[in-house]
Amino acid sequence: MTSISRADVAHLGRLARLELTESELDHYSEQLDVILQSVARISEVAADDIPPMSHPIPMVNVFRDDVVKPSLTREEALAAAPATEDDRFRVPRILDEE
Amino acid sequence: MSDLIRQNASVLANAIATKEVSAVEVTQAHLDRITAVDDKVHAFLHVNAQSALDQAKAVDAKVASGVPLGPLAGVPLGLKDVLAMKGEPTTAGSRILEGWRPPYDSTVVQRLRAADIVILGKTNMDEFAMGSSTEHSAYGATHNPWDLDRIPGGSGGGSAAALAAFEAPLAIGTDTGGSIRQPASVTGTVGVKPTYGGVSRYGQIALASSLDQPGPCARTVLDTALLHAAIAGYDPMDSTSINAAVPDVIAAAQRADVRGMKIGVVKELGGDGYQAGVSQRYAEALEILQGLGAEVIEVSCPSFEYALGAYYLILPSEASSNLARFDGMRYGLRVGDDGNNGVEQVMSMTREAGFGPEVKRRIMLGTYALSSGYYDAYYGQAQKVRTLITRDFNAAFEQVDVLVSPTAPTTAFKLGEKLDDPIAMYLNDVATIPVNLAGIGAMSLPIGLAPEDGLPVGFQIMAPAMADDRLYLAGGALEAALTDKWGHLLIEEAPEL
Repeated sequence: MTSISRADVAHLGRLARLELTESELDHYSEQLDVILQSVARISEVAADDIPPMSHPIPMVNVFRDDVVKPSLTREEALAAAPATEDDRFRVPRILDEE
Repeated sequence: MSDLIRQNASVLANAIATKEVSAVEVTQAHLDRITAVDDKVHAFLHVNAQSALDQAKAVDAKVASGVPLGPLAGVPLGLKDVLAMKGEPTTAGSRILEGWRPPYDSTVVQRLRAADIVILGKTNMDEFAMGSSTEHSAYGATHNPWDLDRIPGGSGGGSAAALAAFEAPLAIGTDTGGSIRQPASVTGTVGVKPTYGGVSRYGQIALASSLDQPGPCARTVLDTALLHAAIAGYDPMDSTSINAAVPDVIAAAQRADVRGMKIGVVKELGGDGYQAGVSQRYAEALEILQGLGAEVIEVSCPSFEYALGAYYLILPSEASSNLARFDGMRYGLRVGDDGNNGVEQVMSMTREAGFGPEVKRRIMLGTYALSSGYYDAYYGQAQKVRTLITRDFNAAFEQVDVLVSPTAPTTAFKLGEKLDDPIAMYLNDVATIPVNLAGIGAMSLPIGLAPEDGLPVGFQIMAPAMADDRLYLAGGALEAALTDKWGHLLIEEAPEL
């Protein structure tokens, strides 16, 4: 288990789309390090032959019948949008200009 | 009928059905109580008095016309703000959802409506259910009605405090690592985390999808069972919903019998690290159960010591993925959309502004645990620990019918005491977390006040998956014996507000 640096936190912030402030970088690098040190004990459990468990119920591929059902209207779906235009979600620029 | 706010839900429903009192009177009494005390307690984030009174009027109309009603018809309830309710503010305690009004009802809300339960409003919680004190709510902390300087537990501190302050006789919580049980423990109330898949998660804002589970909260075991039965059962809208009959929790709560029951005391959950008064009340409760005819056996679950570590990798991992949906594009907060900033910049500014410190901490922890190069060592290893914990439970349940422990290591601590120490805060959940990792059901019920501080102590009962009725069988018996001993419910000793 490795320790977590300020640069690691900045990288995590970028991956997680969080525009962290300078003071947050300091604060979180310290705290995340402490948390990771304390959870690292789980590596003591030698577990090569133990299957990982992702879920309490062993279910796979739960599907419903492929039938059309009523859903939200366009007005309902757009009602909470921060911005709309021409009955669509209006979003900021996605591609660079150049 | 006098003092409507102090009555149990089952008593109120019966009085409404027999026209001794109207649902409108009952609802109004609780709205008045909220007006009188919620400035101090801050259990509610949002109350819709008009809607509640309209729901109550509809129940009274059904009573008048002789329509058969369910066993909780007309009884008021506080709904944890993590569950979607059509047209009503639903924030999950976060600024990023401030002002959002869902266009649909969660399945839990649909079932509450079908049961003619009156929803008063939305209760406070730690932001996105991350916390053990309700101090991580973006809208201010909830205060424990037993001592307003102390925490009401978390994440569902609002629901538990509403019960303990007599603002509502019923509440809904959600439990990912103890968020129903630990608040019940520190407020002298009852809460049940059903078997995973027992109550639909459709319309619950997800924290960790493989751990989350909505459940009932009340002041008595029977009221909790009645609410459990009202919300449980298969739902095709939740792909992890169990398609099987719900155990008869109401009959179990009424039978309340532990004669011949084998009760396993989990060796690893207790002793060192547990407050003296908690251990004392716990030992007394075990003696009572023995006196009632149960066989009490010590069992060992050695992997439990790794549960907290595994949980604080699995939960943040799932949460970091689930909370990726809050991107400021389709609903909720949007920051920095000035025409120049690109979409990724707007997302980063929105999430930075909209999420609080604990949420950011866990998102980054989860992002780290899932990132390339660390996945096997952290997330992968945590999933293996999860298997070991489940095996420990399975082995224990071959010897005993239920397992027990203190619900929380301590009574309610002071507001602010652990706010800046994440590890100290996480340790509150040490006894409740194994249950979520294995997906089984568990209850917390009050067993007295700790002598050193006069604050409530909770007793946890754990049962195998889909045997939730055993929680009520044992919990009901213990509650009846304690109520006989005290001459009243523990909650009657809560101070006047």
